[in-house]
Amino acid sequence: MLKLEIDKLAKWFGQRKIFEDINLTLEIGQSAAIIGPNGSGKTTLLRLIMGLSYPTRGEVIFSEDGKKLDFDGYRKRMALVSPYLSLYDALTGFENLRFFAKVDGRAVSNDEMNEVLEKVGLGGRGEDFVGAYSTGMKQRLKYAVALLKDPAIFLVDEPSANLDESGRNIVRGIIRAKKKDSLLILATNEKEEYELAGQFCQLGG
Amino acid sequence: MPGSSVSWAAKVLAVTRKDITAEFRTRYAINSILMFALVTLTVISMALGLMTPDSDLMAALFWVILFFAAMSGLAQVFIKEEEAGTALILKLSTEGLVIFFGKLIFNLLLLTVLSVLIVPLFIILLKVTPQNWAVFLIGLVLGDIGLAGATTIIAAIVAKATVKGALFTVLSFPILLPLLMAVIDITKVAFGGGNFGDISTGLQLLVAYDVVMVTVSVMLFDFVWRQ
Repeated sequence: MLKLEIDKLAKWFGQRKIFEDINLTLEIGQSAAIIGPNGSGKTTLLRLIMGLSYPTRGEVIFSEDGKKLDFDGYRKRMALVSPYLSLYDALTGFENLRFFAKVDGRAVSNDEMNEVLEKVGLGGRGEDFVGAYSTGMKQRLKYAVALLKDPAIFLVDEPSANLDESGRNIVRGIIRAKKKDSLLILATNEKEEYELAGQFCQLGG
Repeated sequence: MPGSSVSWAAKVLAVTRKDITAEFRTRYAINSILMFALVTLTVISMALGLMTPDSDLMAALFWVILFFAAMSGLAQVFIKEEEAGTALILKLSTEGLVIFFGKLIFNLLLLTVLSVLIVPLFIILLKVTPQNWAVFLIGLVLGDIGLAGATTIIAAIVAKATVKGALFTVLSFPILLPLLMAVIDITKVAFGGGNFGDISTGLQLLVAYDVVMVTVSVMLFDFVWRQ
């Protein structure tokens, strides 16, 4: 069973404390919401969980059946959706999906790609260049990339950023489905979203 | 949503193919590299006029043009990932070494295109022809591999800095100096009509440089790329 343990985690930027004493334990089928005002360190905490930044103190451990996983061990089972993450504008929607699946080690069929694009409300737009997508469409495509990976660890920063009402409903549907079969972490201040999570991690308060 | 698995080499080639496709559509690096090479060649050709400098000077000029043209474009492989915000998802999507080798092959292809264009122009505009093509080409191939190997890891290092362009050249110069000295020596021999016996030391140095540079890059890349 895949497990995340965050133990007494602290992050300082120079003399400025971002957060400290963060503790969290999650397994597959469990979810947590990181909540807090702007600048409280929600995205920083996500980066620490992803292993893309060093903590000042404490540690983040992913393990499976008691055995600690290294970066590549959990990275290949992790997906992130965030407004700070971009896809390739010079490639089409299909090319982006095919590229991210392929570098992850999987060849995907057109049917699979069409299926995820339909799920996120981008059916029929796969041949368009991502550079021509609206911000909301780009956000939907990030969910399509994540869904195609079928992650066991799903991190979502500001889940409904840049999305219209229909997009928000799609995303909440995805979150409800993924919380059953993945280790889900949301970083959000939207009540309707953090209420979907089973645990809370309050920052900046 | 399971799909059939692909090999490690296919992942590397997917990174290279993605960069080639994006480059063809945006002309991000190739335009700056080719324009720099063309302008420099033309200026040198006009400055030299009817003079016919010796092979030592011509060999140095050839590699100076190649070095600075490469500096103007090879760093883009990582800089554009950071600037466009695509580096984050790439870090989570595959192993660091897949990215490194994918980018290395792309830079090597870019240098090959540059070399294929520069060599005939250099011969036409500066009126110099290698007397020993085999020596010239082996120096060019090994020099391009070393140049691509060193600049790919340095590009990954400078991609997060604020003054990327200046830092890239400043960091690259001392690291590439041994390579440049060896390839200039080999090119001198090629322009002067010497044979393989005259370049054995330079050849050993070049091969050793290429092996060391790629090995060190492989060892360091994960750390550089993730943090």
